[in-house]
Amino acid sequence: MRKTEVLVVGGGPAGLSAAIAAASMGAKVLLVDDGLKLGGQLVKQTHKFFGSHRQSAGVRGIKIAGMLLSDIEKLKDKIEVVSNTTATGYYQDDGVVTAMTGEDVYMKIKSERVIIATGASERMLTFPNNDLPGVYGAGAVQTLMNVYGIVPGDRVLMVGAGNIGLIVSYQLMQANVEVATVVEAMPYIGGYLVHASKIRRLGVPIYTSHTILEVYGKDAVEAAAIVKLDSKWQPIPSTKRILNVDTVCLSVGLSPLIELLWQAGCKMKYVPQLGGNVVLRDKYMRTSRRDIFVAGDVAGIEEATSAMLEGKLAGLIAASDLGYAYDGWEADREDTLSSLEELRRGPLSEKIRSGLKEVVVEW
Amino acid sequence: MVKLSEHLRRTGVFSMEEVNRVMPPPEVLKKGPVAVVECIQEIPCDPCHASCPFGAIKEFKDINDLPEIDWEKCTGCTLCVAKCPGLAIFVVDASCDGDDALLKLPYEFYPVPEKGEEVELLNRAGEVVGKGEVRSVIEPHKDGTKVVTVHVPKDMIADVRHVRVVR
Amino acid sequence: MSSRLEHHPILTFQRGRKVKFYFDGKELEGYEGETIAAALHAAGVKKYRTSAELGRPRGFFCAIGKCSSCFMVVDGKPNVRVCVTPLREGMRVQTQIGKGDLIEKN
Repeated sequence: MRKTEVLVVGGGPAGLSAAIAAASMGAKVLLVDDGLKLGGQLVKQTHKFFGSHRQSAGVRGIKIAGMLLSDIEKLKDKIEVVSNTTATGYYQDDGVVTAMTGEDVYMKIKSERVIIATGASERMLTFPNNDLPGVYGAGAVQTLMNVYGIVPGDRVLMVGAGNIGLIVSYQLMQANVEVATVVEAMPYIGGYLVHASKIRRLGVPIYTSHTILEVYGKDAVEAAAIVKLDSKWQPIPSTKRILNVDTVCLSVGLSPLIELLWQAGCKMKYVPQLGGNVVLRDKYMRTSRRDIFVAGDVAGIEEATSAMLEGKLAGLIAASDLGYAYDGWEADREDTLSSLEELRRGPLSEKIRSGLKEVVVEW
Repeated sequence: MVKLSEHLRRTGVFSMEEVNRVMPPPEVLKKGPVAVVECIQEIPCDPCHASCPFGAIKEFKDINDLPEIDWEKCTGCTLCVAKCPGLAIFVVDASCDGDDALLKLPYEFYPVPEKGEEVELLNRAGEVVGKGEVRSVIEPHKDGTKVVTVHVPKDMIADVRHVRVVR
Repeated sequence: MSSRLEHHPILTFQRGRKVKFYFDGKELEGYEGETIAAALHAAGVKKYRTSAELGRPRGFFCAIGKCSSCFMVVDGKPNVRVCVTPLREGMRVQTQIGKGDLIEKN
């Protein structure tokens, strides 16, 4: 049995920020991450981040990952990192977290506080042959292309014009992969319009009120059909078109990875604006179980900058529970909180704000 | 909330009205190079302000505000062009005599055009609208985002927004 | 055209040592440290297993070890998530047919 003061599950932007904050306060931290390398989705983000220049806006995601990892390294006396390790269970009777390294080495972990920063998984879409090789999640395409430097195919159909669909389309073009088109079932582009403009001027069309109908191929994708939707979301058969593509990239939303929170018996609520079932928590990210915190996409699908701020809050409060502090940490906490509020104040954050109203409580 | 055209929201391409909204007036264009800030959706983002050494992009009261540019102070230095996460800032210089203008565009592709090379000029919808000679390529922040300066006809400074290398 | 990127405007790729491995008995090359799935994809292999009931072809989907789509038999062991398992010299990787057999230890 491993013992620690603060266990952080997940080494993406939220988890790394939580570990850094808790260790800066003085707590002993164990950071468990399922990736071969730390950084979560940050290490695949070649684009520059939006947000405030005070929180590294205008800096590429990969570089932000590097900055966080260097902070982790500076705090190595306090933070132990265990990579390639998946947290597999939370046991309510004794508060033990089990984890699996690789495919077959198991460990048990007991800690005073747990910060769950497991992120999210990609959603699937139902259409004939959606299981054929060549139908990939947008994150998978990013991993293959931006981590390993391998292109997913020669010609891609992108499904979904939210920020991820638009950004990954641009990244595909940067790797000289042709993006045949982007289809979006909604009548309007969901992502930032500057991202849309970036791919339009490269010659990539975006078809709103369109969806993928089916995929063709024997052992892998050989073509795909798209179709226009009427105002009742029904396909208009006469508009069906076949595209010669060898890859279909799905970016149709994310679902929070909440399994550990269910297992821990935290109070949950279904909030579609936040991506599905999410946990109730206070503004400092504490769940209904006093010893368990959340941060990042697992607490509601948002983006990396807010994930980092939430992680910092969770890390500060978890460590403060155990009696740790540094000079000015309370001012830091309030500053982090107000930065989060500022990020979410704009008209495009309306959905997030209405979702948060449902889950942010006072314990 | 700022109104955006149906056309932009459905296709990702500015309407004519939106092009006119962002383009500097002729008297500004006559004076020298200036930045055209094509950021018309209220998103939480402010690095353009911080990147401007001349205070031409005003400080944000709220991070979700649209950037406001003071063309009197703008020198067309392109530091914001290479910093904007949305790659939504361009510099136009239509101050020379004759029909030729210079356009400075953000560029993050391989291969990188070379000085003197003829490249295709693409409009906001990705259509090839002509050819132009590259005058220079710089990388202001040494972070992978290059700024390509290309010759374009003066009457196309509001249309051309990308260049493509053809080899 | 090779599916491995040699030039990228933003990224540089540090690849490990070049190693040989075997896919269904055929010798292939990949780089140590990249995932088995990445090495296979770079070699043009997209089909990693067949589904248990209908025998349909499956490849990877999530590439982060979450979706179970990419199970293969690696060095005799079934149900290995090749999207998160690093490639090593001499690995024997096989298309998994259906559920795969449990290795019994005496």
